[in-house]
Formats: sequence, structure tokens, C-alpha cells
Amino acid sequence: MQLALVIDLNVCVGCHACVTSCKEWNTGGAAGPLTDQHAYAADPTGTFFNRVQTYEAGTFPDTETIHFPKSCLHCEDPPCVPVCPTGASYKRKEDGIVLVDYDKCIGCKYCAWACPYGARELDEGRQVMTKCTLCVDRIHDEALAPDDRKPACVKACPTNARLFGDIHDPQSDVAQAIRERDGYPLMPEWDTKPANHYLPRRVNKAP
Amino acid sequence: MNPAFSVIFLTTLSGTAQGVVVALALAALSGVPMSRGYQVIALGCAAVLAIVALAASFFHLGRPERAWRAAARWRTSWLSREVIVLPAFIAAAVLWAWLVARGTSAPWPPLLALLLAVALWVCTAMIYACLRFIAEWAHPFTLVTFSFTGLAAGLTLACALAATLAETPLLAAAGASALVATLLAGVARVLSLRRNAALKPRSTLRTATGITATPIRQISMGMSAGAFNTREFFHHATAATVRNVKLIALVAGFVLPAACIAWALATGAIAPWWLAVLVQAPGLVADRWLFFAQARHPQNLYYQRVA
Amino acid sequence: MLNWFARQFGSAPLHDPTATPAPDVQRDVKTTTCYMCACRCGIRVHLEAGKVRYIDGNPDHPLNKGVICAKGSAGIMKQYSPARLTQPLLRKPGTERGAGQFEPISWERAYAILVERLARIRATDPRKFAFFTGRDQMQALTGLFARQFGTPNYAAHGGFCSVNMAAGMIYTIGGSFWEFGGPDLDRAKLFVMIGTAEDHHSNPLKIAISAFKRRGGRFVSINPVRTGYSAIADEWIPIKPGTDGALFMAMLHVLIGEERVDRAFLARYTNAPQLVVLDGGERDGLFAFDPAAGPPGDGRNPHNKLVYDKASGRILHAYPEGIADGCEPALEGRYALDDGTPVAPSFQLLRERVAPCTPEWASAITGIPAARIVALAREMGDVALNQAFELPIEWTDAWGKVHPTTTARPVAFHAMRGLAAHSNGFQTVRALSVLMSVLGTIDAPGGFRHKAPYPRHIVPNYRAFNSPEMIQPNTPLNAAPLGFPASPDELAINADGSPIRIDHAFSWEHPLSAHGLMHNVITNAVNGDPYRLDTLMIFMANMAWNSTMNTEGVRAMLNARDPDDGEYRIPFIVVADAFQSEMVAFADLVLPDTTYLERHDVMSMLDRPISEFDGPVDSVRVPVVPPLGECRPFQEVIVELATRLKFPAFVNADGSRKFRDYPDFVVNFQPAPGIGFLMGWRGKDGESPLRGEPNPDQWQRYAENNCVFQYHLPRDMQFMRNWNRAYLDFAKEKGWRQRNDPVQLALYQDSLQTFRLAAEGKGGGRQPPAHLRERVVKYFDPLPFWYPPLEEAVTDTEAFPLNAITQRPMAMYHSWDSQNAWLRQIHSHNYLFVHPKTARAAGIADGGWCWIESPWGRVRCMLRDSEAVEPGTVWTWNAIGKADGAWHLAPGADESRKGFLLNHLIADTLPLGERRISNSDPVTGQAGWYDVRVRITPAEGDETSPHVQWARPDVDARAAAPHDSAEK
Ligand SMILES: Nc1nc2c(c(=O)[nH]1)N[C@H]1C(S)=C(S)[C@@H](COP(=O)(O)OP(=O)(O)OC[C@H]3O[C@@H](n4cnc5c(=O)[nH]c(N)nc54)[C@H](O)[C@@H]3O)O[C@H]1N2
Ligand SMILES: Nc1nc2c(c(=O)[nH]1)N[C@H]1C(S)=C(S)[C@@H](COP(=O)(O)OP(=O)(O)OC[C@H]3O[C@@H](n4cnc5c(=O)[nH]c(N)nc54)[C@H](O)[C@@H]3O)O[C@H]1N2
Ligand code: SF4
Ligand code: SF4
Ligand code: SF4
Ligand code: SF4
Ligand code: SF4
Ligand SMILES: [Mo]
Repeated sequence: MQLALVIDLNVCVGCHACVTSCKEWNTGGAAGPLTDQHAYAADPTGTFFNRVQTYEAGTFPDTETIHFPKSCLHCEDPPCVPVCPTGASYKRKEDGIVLVDYDKCIGCKYCAWACPYGARELDEGRQVMTKCTLCVDRIHDEALAPDDRKPACVKACPTNARLFGDIHDPQSDVAQAIRERDGYPLMPEWDTKPANHYLPRRVNKAP
Repeated sequence: MNPAFSVIFLTTLSGTAQGVVVALALAALSGVPMSRGYQVIALGCAAVLAIVALAASFFHLGRPERAWRAAARWRTSWLSREVIVLPAFIAAAVLWAWLVARGTSAPWPPLLALLLAVALWVCTAMIYACLRFIAEWAHPFTLVTFSFTGLAAGLTLACALAATLAETPLLAAAGASALVATLLAGVARVLSLRRNAALKPRSTLRTATGITATPIRQISMGMSAGAFNTREFFHHATAATVRNVKLIALVAGFVLPAACIAWALATGAIAPWWLAVLVQAPGLVADRWLFFAQARHPQNLYYQRVA
Repeated sequence: MLNWFARQFGSAPLHDPTATPAPDVQRDVKTTTCYMCACRCGIRVHLEAGKVRYIDGNPDHPLNKGVICAKGSAGIMKQYSPARLTQPLLRKPGTERGAGQFEPISWERAYAILVERLARIRATDPRKFAFFTGRDQMQALTGLFARQFGTPNYAAHGGFCSVNMAAGMIYTIGGSFWEFGGPDLDRAKLFVMIGTAEDHHSNPLKIAISAFKRRGGRFVSINPVRTGYSAIADEWIPIKPGTDGALFMAMLHVLIGEERVDRAFLARYTNAPQLVVLDGGERDGLFAFDPAAGPPGDGRNPHNKLVYDKASGRILHAYPEGIADGCEPALEGRYALDDGTPVAPSFQLLRERVAPCTPEWASAITGIPAARIVALAREMGDVALNQAFELPIEWTDAWGKVHPTTTARPVAFHAMRGLAAHSNGFQTVRALSVLMSVLGTIDAPGGFRHKAPYPRHIVPNYRAFNSPEMIQPNTPLNAAPLGFPASPDELAINADGSPIRIDHAFSWEHPLSAHGLMHNVITNAVNGDPYRLDTLMIFMANMAWNSTMNTEGVRAMLNARDPDDGEYRIPFIVVADAFQSEMVAFADLVLPDTTYLERHDVMSMLDRPISEFDGPVDSVRVPVVPPLGECRPFQEVIVELATRLKFPAFVNADGSRKFRDYPDFVVNFQPAPGIGFLMGWRGKDGESPLRGEPNPDQWQRYAENNCVFQYHLPRDMQFMRNWNRAYLDFAKEKGWRQRNDPVQLALYQDSLQTFRLAAEGKGGGRQPPAHLRERVVKYFDPLPFWYPPLEEAVTDTEAFPLNAITQRPMAMYHSWDSQNAWLRQIHSHNYLFVHPKTARAAGIADGGWCWIESPWGRVRCMLRDSEAVEPGTVWTWNAIGKADGAWHLAPGADESRKGFLLNHLIADTLPLGERRISNSDPVTGQAGWYDVRVRITPAEGDETSPHVQWARPDVDARAAAPHDSAEK
């Protein structure tokens, strides 16, 4: 099993709901608290597991604006894991989630250097490495209603641009979406085999 | 990358220590006579440098109290291996010095120290060279420049000590090597810098985002005052600063020391050796800063614009 | 030992990634309604030991169906904001307004001050109390308070928000975008979104757009800028700001010229066939009517108009004869009445109006290629008419005709402030409404859909007070302070034509200002125009900053003193806010409000409910955490003040208190029998939805039902509600409408013509003062037309060649989220986005500092290149820039050091002849935010240094931190 997010760039409006819902869930959950620095002063900064960026492509008037959410891609061959000297970074066999063990991490940042995607953020308060946990403390929580056993960001997303599931199960929504909608991984050149995929823009042309 | 002084000091100081140990070990193994006092002092210097290096490395850790955990993953992590080899190297140097002080002169202590020094170079260099998507690092040049500069610095320091303590045979054997090592290190560094300058990044915004329309540029990185990603992976220095550092690195790190050594060799004076050591130290720090600053991490593609 | 070692070095994690950090605490989930913005989604608040742990969308809520947005998810940080006000504050004697020097006082003292003051004003001249509210959604209560007080000077934010949208559409189709209606994306095939960045209905719109796209619908966005929703449009059509009216007129030109209109619809459901008098006399331009069938047409009586029947060649009553089987009401031609009066169907006049509006004409104005305009118009026509489909829903129209199916017109439009926030917005929105009408896509499946209580009459039957005699000491107003005038008789003016209201709403300056002109209040009050106020109460509006034009001037005015007696020109300012905003610093008395998680609240049918297309929905908030410090819900404050002031609606005959508190008021107050603030679970047993006796358990029932009440209309009442017999009867019975007559679409708006006639001196009724005659004649055109925004006429457009506009950032709500630690990290400061060519031509580098300058002011800002903006336009995010030190941010915070506020450049008034007049739409008084013309120049000095002090140190509003004073 390899759990993953599939992000549909065709409908993402860049609202940042996934950003703050992630922060909120995780700061009070097993992965938290997520530090904020200078929260009310100049240059406010803090730990987030998920960021939404914006790109422009083309030139006026044929410009495209693309909102691009990015969190840990839970690579199937994650370069961040073997480099970790303590074993704090690990990939779970049972569901493919890449995690950090906050009790082992020494904050050497080496794993962040080894991630080509900039998906890891050192928590400046706790001085341990953090990253998207795929909400491992939600998705397997039997105390939650089945519909709630999804990542916080997935539940939040107003455009349903974030699909969640097992990409190894060909019947899953995510596997089908990747198949049918030309889902692609980021930076394929590094053979990290990111589990997360992106669905490209599709333009419905004028008749 | 944003050069961290902890790591710069770690690698330069320990590299110098390794150079001293390698110089002494080669001399010892090839039977160059050295006074006991000299050997103890030189090895002691190396051990102190390496210990300071080790101490510096703690400053790189968010959780130094857990540093011992870093030995756990030696099977996969070069960093873990370095964490094991560096103390071992220090121990070997100290042990050797202790044995020398006690008058024992077996070939195995220098041999062990030599092997550990070389192993440490491999570990240190591989920490960087194994990150395949940092093209500036993922090349044998990393090992070559790390070991050559370490050797050059170590040889220079060993010779300065030798000159001061009038270790004429050693100076005769190693003096020229110091010059050669410094020149070789300089050449290797120039070559590696030239290679780096010509590198074309394999990752582009297109591969990073999968957006196919062109031209593509970032409008917002999703936060307005930066994050770990903008602090850790960008040196935030101006191009002019980088150019100046590069000049300092090459001149102070290699050209001037080589000139001093040549001067010392030509005149037999002691002072130029120390002068070489003194200019080389900041030069190599600058060089190591450059090593980090120059590395362009592909993650930077995602963090180009505040808006 | 060995074990320990093995554990430390083993591969099993030490940290359990699934374990909750606080396993043993008491957990609770409470539902309530979000108010991180006015969208009002249902949320679940997860509490741990009584503290908020996590807020997520409520999956059982009809509005957001479980999703949430960035702001909603950051709601927890509102509870921890250091900018919270926690105690009533009184300005320290001897300190200046704006200095923010306060002393904490008790609530008793605050009430005493207010009651003394307000009672005195009410007993002498009630007009001298003005009450204006910003982004709140409780106008039913605040409006009631003002009315009971007896002051006409009340309004909410609508006038500076989107009243052009509301009025333009309500005067045309009886409903509007905004809370009142929207696009039926479930069934549309083509979606055309105009001038919308984030919208009021933000989460539902996001849900709908994405589902629409996934279903294969085509999405076109018309906007000078491509952000947010426009980003995922299939096609982006950049347009020059303020020119959409020209685009719509050209589209009408194409559609009408090429006969791509729904003629049957026009003939039966609109006033297109109705005959307009064209005799140049007193009734010129009004509909001809039969006096025997009712009073003359004021737009509220569709049944007395006339049509020309082509089949019989006779003039007939429009209804019911004109629509009888066998009749063929003419849409074109010119005719004469029996008495010889020349007339023409209004559609003929529309035809003539759009005839010269060619695509080429519009292209030169809008910057959109003519071919594109033609193609898009054709596409709309094709989808509406040729890709229509039938839903198997039988319905009966107002005249008894049974329609076996309901016809879909699957072109959905949506528009918001890109149209509204211009001084030509009313007529532009009219043009859009007419465009939608000729395509037949009004309350049709796949088109525009109403939301209860809309549609309203055209013109809605809410008359404002219209004479100064209606304002009497110690007497409630016997009419609403706000309404929809249908003729000059309904204006709020004095005998000499001068305004009764402080904001000049419903005067000849802005006759149809249905939402008031909040943005005029401070300027007018300070100028004593038309009179001076005593007390100004501001609730939930940041009038010293982002909701004001000419920000600096207004801040100075708030501090202006009378040279004669040294008194403040506005003697007393009361601000009810939850945070230390820029406005709070200017208060004399600060009333600390609760946050949305700490109070009872209602989203009422009497106000702005959250209805869905298929039926009315209202909802409530219930407190999930106790109020912080001594803050009190403003609702409670209103009820308390009204009771202490002995307003008739709040006390019994003996003067005793009628309502224990706000929740009690909500349950028991009935403006009409069986109708209250909440429509759910009415009746003693809760079995009478919509209308019934008060139910003492009503709050309980809401709390048990996700804080929301939804009523699904039967299928046959869900569409075509302007003319749907069953619906119209039902709506009347439930009290949403006063009458059950159909709502004919007003392609031709004869109410506007009554104002024009008055301005032309015809008819002998009320007439505008001389300096406004020309203006009224010009803008009160009964047919839509395009004119350049007013600001263009008074601006040297060569010197100020660029348009400057703002967008809503999705992750920020106006000014009020800079105190939120998480949202702030996303937008701590803003840039000016400029097309690279425009930027280079001005000599400014990407990232460089520059001046943005209008004829009225300038600020310094940083520039960013963008190819997603029309090159003649520059834009920035709205309300990110802050006064240094406000919102309890540290001095020099990004918002004040690097951010900037565009409002500094926007004029509050424009010259009109010798005088000045509000910078607003001449019809509705809508603030013309997006009309400002600017130029950009490089900033002198170190262009790239981000540490340059922001250009306006004199607007440093650092208010004493209320927390500090409270802690001392
Ligand atoms: N340049 C430019 N200016 C604009 C606009 C634009 O697009 N461009 N948009 C205009 C529009 S459409 C609008 S609606 C206005 C909005 O302008 P405002 O209505 O002034 O909106 P806010 O900035 O949100 O300020 C509302 C105040 O409410 C306070 N507040 C927040 N929560 C609570 C609460 O629970 N209780 C109380 N009592 N107070 C609370 C905040 O602290 C803040 O002081 O701005 C207008 N100004
Ligand atoms: N996140 C968030 N949501 C909000 C708010 C908020 O502050 N933050 N505010 C709420 C409020 S009070 C309001 S009024 C609504 C407003 O919701 P919107 O109307 O969506 O808000 P604006 O950002 O004013 O969007 C106006 C859009 O019109 C475009 N525009 C400007 N001039 C023209 C023009 O002449 N023609 C065309 N075609 N387009 C033009 C602008 O580029 C912009 O994209 O949002 C509400 N929702
Ligand atoms: S995205 Fe980065 S952090 Fe995540 S698994 Fe891949 S390499 Fe590791
Ligand atoms: S920062 Fe932590 S997780 Fe990353 S490599 Fe170092 S110890 Fe491992
Ligand atoms: S899966 Fe969970 S941790 Fe990962 S980005 Fe989404 S909310 Fe954050
Ligand atoms: S919540 Fe959804 S739509 Fe919003 S930014 Fe995240 S992925 Fe995009
Ligand atoms: S859209 Fe508004 S009401 Fe809905 S969750 Fe977001 S902030 Fe709350
Ligand atoms: Mo608004």
C-alpha cells in the first residue's frame, strides 16, 4: 500500500485552506506543536507542512495562472530516509508514509538537504525536522467517523482538488485519476518516485 | 545553500587535522626520523583541531544532547559514518601520540590513523557527494578537493611546526610536498569551480511543477516572510560578495600559501611557514563557504518569489 | 539496559505518530457557524478541556458541505490574538483621538454614558445620532435599534460594498447576485464570471466551480486580472476596468441583431412588449397604461400596461389579454394608442439603443478584440437557446398556464464588485441583467437562480421614510431607514430638495442608494452637510482605514475640531469592535465585542439569510467558549441599550424589560404575526416551520441541528419564481413578500424615467436642485448604457494613464486578519502587480520600490511583474497594509513597513461644478473604489532596500495596547 495525495491543478484556486487546516490539525496533534516565530512582528515565519504557491506561464494575454500546493510527496524511493544518521526519518512499510520520529531527530537538517522538493521544514522551536505526515493520526483513527479518516487538508479543500488514497490499488480514486487524467510526478529526473501526483490543467476550448 | 559556520569549521578544521596526521603517518611509515616531542606536539595539534571540529559540529544540531543517536544508521548514512569515524580518528591520533610519548614506535598506530583519516575524508566528502541532485557536489571533485585542501593545510601546518622545532629531515621530506599539495589543491579547486560554473541544472521549473506552457515563472512562494526553506537553502549574499569570497578563497587559500611555502623553501626561514598557515586558514574557510554557497539546491526552484 | 539500547537504535519509532498529545482530557465537538468571513459556513469546533483544539467544516451543513477555507481553519488563532479588546475603554481626558490613550471602565459606566447621551439626543433631535455598521450580518437588529431610536441615519456596509450589484439587478430582475441569488452551476454548460475574485459566497462558489469544471462545463472569466477563480477559467478575457457596460451593450447588439434571443420568454415574462409613451410630454418614456386597471405604472403594478397584438392589430392589456393564446405581442415597431399617443414596445427602444453599440465600438473601449466579443455572444446565445433542455418539472405560471416541463437555459453568469465598484456600475449591472434576460436565463435551470426571500417586487415594496416630519423626538421611525425608492416621491429629502440623511442617501445626489452611503458619513458629519452629528456609533467597520476613501483625510477629519469652541466636529464616537483596529484608536468610547465563537448570533430571513436555490435557509451561532475578559456580545449591548432607553419594541407598557437577553429577544420578538428572527422550528411545539408562534426551545432545536434550518421548496416551486403561481402564493403566505403578483423583468426601467422626468421639470412633482438636474437626466436612463466612470472626466488621463484596482486575497478578510498569526504569514505585506512592459516603461524593476500616485494622493510600494494583468491596469491585494502599531502588531511590522493601502489614493469626493460630491455611482451611491487613475514612478533612494520607512509616518495610529492597560 502506498498512500498519497493527488492534486488536481485543474480546479485548485489557491485558497490556502489546505495550508491552514494542515497547520491547525497538526499543531494540536501528534506532530505538533508547530512553531511560529515573530508572530506579530516583522518577518513572521513558522512551520507549515503544506504551502500553496503560484506560477504564471505564457505571456499576456495568453497567460495561465497556476496555483500549486506542495507538501511531502511520500516518495517511494525517498532520498531523505537513508541519509538520516539517527533513523529518525523512516518510511512506513504498512502504508508508505514517510515520517520523522521527533524523539530521535537531532535536527541535523541533512534529510532536508537530501529532499529535492523542499518538503521538509525544521521546526525552529522544537529543533526537530518536520514534514507532512499524511495526517497519519487521522487516517487510521478508528475513533473518527469513516468519512473523517482523511487528511485535514483533503477534508478542507473547497474544490476537492486533493484526492487521497492508495496509488497501488488500481481501483482507487487516486490510481484512476492518475491513469485517466495524465497524473504526473514532480522532478521525475531524480527517480525518487514521488507517491503524490499532480493532475494537469485541461482547457475546454471555445467552440 | 546557506553555509553554516559550524559545518565550515567542522570540515576545515578536521580536514587540517587529517592532513597533519596523514603527513606524519606517511613520514613515520616511510621512516623519516622525527623527534618524539615533535610528533607529540603535531599529533596533539591535530587532535585539538579535530576535537574543536567535533565541538563545532554540535552547533549544527538542533538537538545536540541527542548527538549520540547519530551513530545509529551507519549502514545507510554517510553522516552517521562520519559521526563514527571522526571520534575514532581523534582516538587514533591521541592513542598514537600517547604511544609515541611512551616511546613505543610500532607501525600500526600511524597506519591506523592514516586509514581513519582517509576514511574520514571519504565520509565527509560523500555526505555531500551522495546528494545526487546537488550537481555541484555530486562529483569526485568533492572528495578530491576536500582531501587535497586538507592535506595541503595539514602539510603546511606540520611543516611550520617542523621548521619551528627544527625537524630538518621531516622538513626536507615534506616541505616540497606541502607546496605540491597546495598547488594541486588549488588546481583541483579551480577545475571544480570551472565545472560548477558550466553546470546546467537538470531540474527546471518545468520539471519541478509539471507546467508545460512557457515561459514559466513563480509569482508567489506561498508565504511572505520566508521559511526554513528560504533560510537554509539560500546564502542571501550578493553576487559581488560571492565573487569576492571566491577571490579570497583562491588567493588566500592557495596562491599566497604556495608563495609563502616557496619563499620558506627558498630561504629556509621559519616565518613564511607560519605566514602560510595564517593566510591559508581564512582562505580555506572562505573556500568552504563558497563550496556551500555555490551549491544550487533544486528545492530553490520552488522558493523564488515573495509576492 | 540492553533492551533500552535496542529500542533507541532499533527501527521501531520512539515517537508514536498516531498518539494524541493529550489523551486524557475531556473532548467535545460543538457545531456553530463560522464568522471568519461573511460567507457563514457551518463548522464543528473540537474542544479539548474546553479549549478550541481544531475547527473543521461541518459535513452536514448545506452551505459548505464539510469544506472550510484558509480563514476558517485559522479561526483558532483569533482566540489567541493579542489585538483582542477585553474591556470597555474610555479615551483619557486630555488626550487626542487617534493617540489611542484609553482608560478601562466598567460596563455600568459605559452604559451610563451611552444612555445619558442617547436619551438626550433622542429627546431633542434624533438625527444627531448616527449608527453605521460594517461587515456585520445582523442588520435586522441594528436596523431595528435605529428605527426605534427614530434616527434616519443608519446603514450597513452595502453602500461601499456592492449596492450597484444589488440595486442594478433588483431593479431589473427582482433579485441579484450576492446573498440574494447566484449561478446554477449544477446545470449550466457555460459559466461566464465577470469581475469576481473571491465573492461573498466563497466556499459554495468554489465547490460549485470545481464540480462544474469536472462535469465538463466551460468557464470564461472576464477580468483585468487573472487570479483565484479566474486562474482555473478555460478562457480569460482581460478587460479594461470600468468598461464592461460597453461589452454587454455590444453583446446585446450581436444577440438582438442576430435574433439570438428568447422571444417567447421576452413576450411573456418581461416588459419587452409593453408600450412606452413617446410623446415628449409629462409621461414621456413611461409605460402607457389603462387607468381602469390600476394606478399609473410605478414599476410595482405590472397589470395595467399595454401591448400591441400583431395577430389582431389591436392594443391590448398586457395581462392577461396580451399573453392569451393566439396573441402575438409585438416586440418591435412603432404604434399609436387610440388617442393618437405615439408608443413603441420597450424592446424596440432597446433595439435602437444597442444598434450603434457595435463590437468594434466596444473593442476600442474594452480592449477586447471585436471578433472575440462576437464569438462569445454567439456562444452564449447558442448555449442558451440551442443547447437548452427540459427538466420534467411541471409548473403553473401566474396567469394559470400550466407548463409541462421547465426549460433550462444553461448559461450561468456571475459578477461581483468588478462591476459594482465603479461609478458606472448601476447601468453596467443593468446591462448585464438585460443580457441575461434576453437569453431567458432568469431563475431557469442552469442560469441565474434566486434565493429566498428573493425575488422581490420590481421595485421592492420597501419604501424608506420620505419626509422630515417622520422624524420626531422620542418616536420610532414609522418607515425603514433604508428602502428602494420607485419615484422621486420616495426620496428622503426636505422640501428644498436637500438631503435628510447625513450620508445623503436617497437624496437627489444618489437617489437609489438602497444600502446607504456609509463612506460619506464622516466627511459629511465633519462638514455639517447637511447638519452636525452629536454621536456617531460604528460597529464592525474600520472607517479609519480600509473602508474609507481618502484615508488620510478622513483620519484628519476624525480629529477635526471646531475653530470656534475647540470641540470635536464629531463630538462623540463610539466604536464596537473585537480588535484593536485603526478605527478603535479614534473612539471616545470602545465597546469590546466577543468573537464568533463566544456569542449567540442569527443569520436571519429578515436580514441576510444563507438561503439555497431550492429554499430558504437560516442559521445561528451559539457560544462554544466563554467570552474573553469582559467583552460582551454587541447584540446584548444593543438589547440592553434599547431596554434602558425604553424603546417601545423592547419594553412593556409599564416600561419594564421585555427581553431577558438577546437569545430571549430572538425567540420572542415578532415584527409581524408568526414571523421572527428565526424561521426554523416555530410554533410552540416546533412544528411550524417558516411562520408560527414563538418556540421557547428554538435555540435548542438549532443547536441540535447543526445550527442551521433548511427548508426545501417542492420541486415545482424551485424555478421560474418570478412568475410561479404556487411559489408566489407561498412566499406571500410566509411573509417574504407583501403581494403575490408576478415579477416582470424590467428590461426597460420606467422607475428611473420618473426621476429623469422630474429632473427635466416635467410632471410638477419633486424636482432636483439645479446643480443636479443634468446629472439625474443623464444617469437615470430607463435603458442601460455605458459611460466612462465619473473619475475619468475629472482626471487628466494622460498624466494618470493607469487604472488601479484591488483583489480580495482568499486567505485574508479585509483588515481583520493581520492579527491572525497564521494568515499573516501568508500575506504580511503586499506588492503592486504590474505588466512588465508597463513597469519597464516607468523605469521600475521587478521588486523595486515605486510611488503609486493618483491626483488625490500617493504611497510608496514594491512592484512585482505579472503577465496576468491587463497592461493598462495595476493591482494589489486589498487591505493588507496597516497603520504602524495597529492590530497590536509590533512597530515596523511588515504590514506597515512594506505593505501599503490603496485607499490613500482614492478620493472621497469629486468636483461637480463648483461643489464636490461623493465619489460614487450617481444612481445608487455605490463607492467608486475601482475608478481611480494612477501613474507609477520609481522611488528615489535605495530602490531595493526593504527597510525604507513607509511613506506615511503621520498615519501612525499606534493605539495604547488595550491589553497592557487592562493588565495594569
Ligand atoms: N481599496 C479598496 N477598499 C475597499 C474595498 C476594496 O475592494 N478596495 N472593499 C470595500 C468593501 S466591499 C467592504 S465590504 C469594506 C469592508 O470594510 P470594513 O467593513 O471596514 O471591514 P473590515 O476591515 O473587515 O473591518 C471590520 C472591523 O470589524 C472588526 N471585527 C472583526 N470581527 C468582529 C466581531 O466579531 N465583532 C466586532 N464588533 N467587530 C469585529 C474588525 O476588527 C474591523 O475593525 O471595504 C471596502 N474598502
Ligand atoms: N477571502 C476574502 N473573502 C471575501 C472578502 C475578503 O476580504 N476576503 N470580502 C468579502 C466582501 S465584503 C466582498 S464585497 C466580496 C467581494 O468579492 P469580489 O467581488 O469577488 O471581490 P473583489 O476582490 O473586489 O473582486 C473584484 C474583481 O473584479 C475585478 N475587476 C475590477 N474592476 C473590474 C472591471 O471593471 N471589470 C471586470 N470585469 N472586473 C473588474 C478585479 O480584478 C477583481 O478580480 O468578497 C467577500 N469575500
Ligand atoms: S518529498 Fe522529500 S521529504 Fe518527502 S519523501 Fe520525498 S524526498 Fe522525502
Ligand atoms: S534532521 Fe532529524 S530526521 Fe533529518 S536527518 Fe537529521 S536526524 Fe534525521
Ligand atoms: S496530509 Fe495532513 S500533514 Fe500532509 S499536508 Fe495534508 S493536512 Fe498537512
Ligand atoms: S485547499 Fe484545495 S483549492 Fe485551496 S489551495 Fe489547497 S488544494 Fe487548492
Ligand atoms: S468561507 Fe468564510 S465562513 Fe466559510 S469557512 Fe471560510 S471564513 Fe468561515
Ligand atoms: Mo464588501
